[in-house]
Amino acid sequence: MSPPGRRRLRPRSAHGATGAPPWQLVLPALVALSLLVLPVIGLLSRAPWSTLPERLADPAVLDTLRLSLLTATTATGCCLLLGTPLAWLLARADIPGRRVVRALVLVPLVLPPVVGGVALLTAFGRQGVVGQWLDSLFGVRLPFTTVGVVLAQTFVALPFLVLAVEGALRSADSRYDDLAATFGASRWQTFLRVTLPLALPGVASGAVLAWARALGEFGATITFAGSYPGTTRTMPLAVYTALNSDFDAAILLSLVLLVVSVGVLVLLRERWTTGVAA
Amino acid sequence: MTATGFTDGGLDAYLRAEQGGFALDSALQADRGQVVAVLGPNAAGKSTALRVLAGLQPLTDGWVRLAGRTLEDPQTGVRVPAQHRRTGLVPQDSLLFPHLSVLDQVAFGPRHQGLTRARSRARAAVWLRRTGLDRLASRRPAELSGGQARRVAITRALAAEPRMLLLDEPLAALDVRAVVELRTFLHHHLRDHDGVTVLVTHDPVDAMVLADHLVVLDRGTVVQTGTPAAVARQPRSAHIAALVGLNMVRGRASGTTLHVADAEPAIRVITASPHEGEAFCTFAPTAVSLHPQRPVASPRNVWRGTVSGLTPHGDAVRVALDGRLPLLADVTPAAVAELGLRPGVEVWASVKATEVHVYAA
Repeated sequence: MSPPGRRRLRPRSAHGATGAPPWQLVLPALVALSLLVLPVIGLLSRAPWSTLPERLADPAVLDTLRLSLLTATTATGCCLLLGTPLAWLLARADIPGRRVVRALVLVPLVLPPVVGGVALLTAFGRQGVVGQWLDSLFGVRLPFTTVGVVLAQTFVALPFLVLAVEGALRSADSRYDDLAATFGASRWQTFLRVTLPLALPGVASGAVLAWARALGEFGATITFAGSYPGTTRTMPLAVYTALNSDFDAAILLSLVLLVVSVGVLVLLRERWTTGVAA
Repeated sequence: MTATGFTDGGLDAYLRAEQGGFALDSALQADRGQVVAVLGPNAAGKSTALRVLAGLQPLTDGWVRLAGRTLEDPQTGVRVPAQHRRTGLVPQDSLLFPHLSVLDQVAFGPRHQGLTRARSRARAAVWLRRTGLDRLASRRPAELSGGQARRVAITRALAAEPRMLLLDEPLAALDVRAVVELRTFLHHHLRDHDGVTVLVTHDPVDAMVLADHLVVLDRGTVVQTGTPAAVARQPRSAHIAALVGLNMVRGRASGTTLHVADAEPAIRVITASPHEGEAFCTFAPTAVSLHPQRPVASPRNVWRGTVSGLTPHGDAVRVALDGRLPLLADVTPAAVAELGLRPGVEVWASVKATEVHVYAA
């Protein structure tokens, strides 16, 4: 809604008032950009374009892609169901030790994923703190299963979602919550019908972040769930496996992963940004 | 003002609460169907009073009793949460839920009183028809003008059928035309509301037009209470005189003539625009000129009065006139000297019809 005049003013004032951008900033910025773009160009230039159709038709590739999309999407669902309430508690409720809880949420962010995988084994492995009970009571074994993949992905993606949603809830106007209460809404009804819809853009971007993180998950997955074709070998694991035998296949899988993730992100972004504007 | 009415639907409150740098300390009473205006300058504690009544901020002392029920009393530890108070709050900037259509907006209260989605929408539709907003039912808040948004917020509060309607500056921050329309809208719908209404405003005109009773607050404490007429006629401080610095007459209008209520023989006021039926008219003291004799080249409104008081008012002198139509007039100090104004002197007061604003009662 900004008037066209204001948009034109911005670059003009940047130049007029402060002069040309200094080389001390421009140079590192260009280096950063090439660092980000060059590998992608490399990937595209080395792609086995001539054999691409027949390689893509390989059912193993499609199976792997399907497994990746399934686990990443399920993990994102888990993050939404569990992470949104946690974010609400951190943002809105008076809970003791809130700062400690938030610090704990951040741990998986800074933890190397492989360490996360080891940690998951110690908790949910067959000899793990929780895992042995799951095994003896319910006969449930999580390591080296597809569920284990989802668990590992959820573990690494959850902090992204919690942080994004908590930020959205904090910046949302809590007077709407007060107002809902005066109209007789309980806190749960207020959450469902007011707080959550208002924080939806933040929840959506958190979900996208979590999904991208889950789709690319490697370290925790291979440690906790292994790399079994069809059940736990997701795209990143397949890329890694292919590297040792068939470099072209690794590039191809990388390309597929690149196209799918960028494509989905662009699609969702379009949809959400127009959805918010309408 | 009765304090006993709270048993059959009225409000009896004594509010003490912390607010910023000072304490709110105010009694507030209203019978069922009555409108109480809490009037005062900015930061007088008005919004805090509303938040406390709604249950969004605790009392430090005092009580809130509504319709025979104690909503809050720190002495006995009673505090009914906001959710169970049955209030209808119209917040200062409307605060329409940005994600809900006008219909769902208005259905919000009914929906949370246990009605199904369909029934609450049906009730909302009835209310939207009643307030003349039914054509806006499917709009989103972003598609409404400021005045429309305010009406939707008021309708949303009314549709909750609250025991106590709480309005926070309902006419602030709107353009002049919207204010005039909304004032009429409010007057009409507040009269029909059979619960208590507490209206917070800094604008004396709103308070005068809409309220049965005024509580004037300043820095958290009550400066004056009374009917609008009483408060307007006899301000007890320069501050209130400024707040209610208006002449106001109620009567029955016919065309551009308003017959002042209960005046025998009749007093007529010629107004700027035509109107039919019960009406208020207002004009500023600055619009009143004083003359030693009946003015010849006459403005249309001329009355006789006796000077009952003179007070400095900014650069002017505010002259209080007693007579069949009590008036306030602002004149220059030079005019005071020229006319020899002092208490007891008889003068003629005139007001141009174009200065007299009229609107529905």
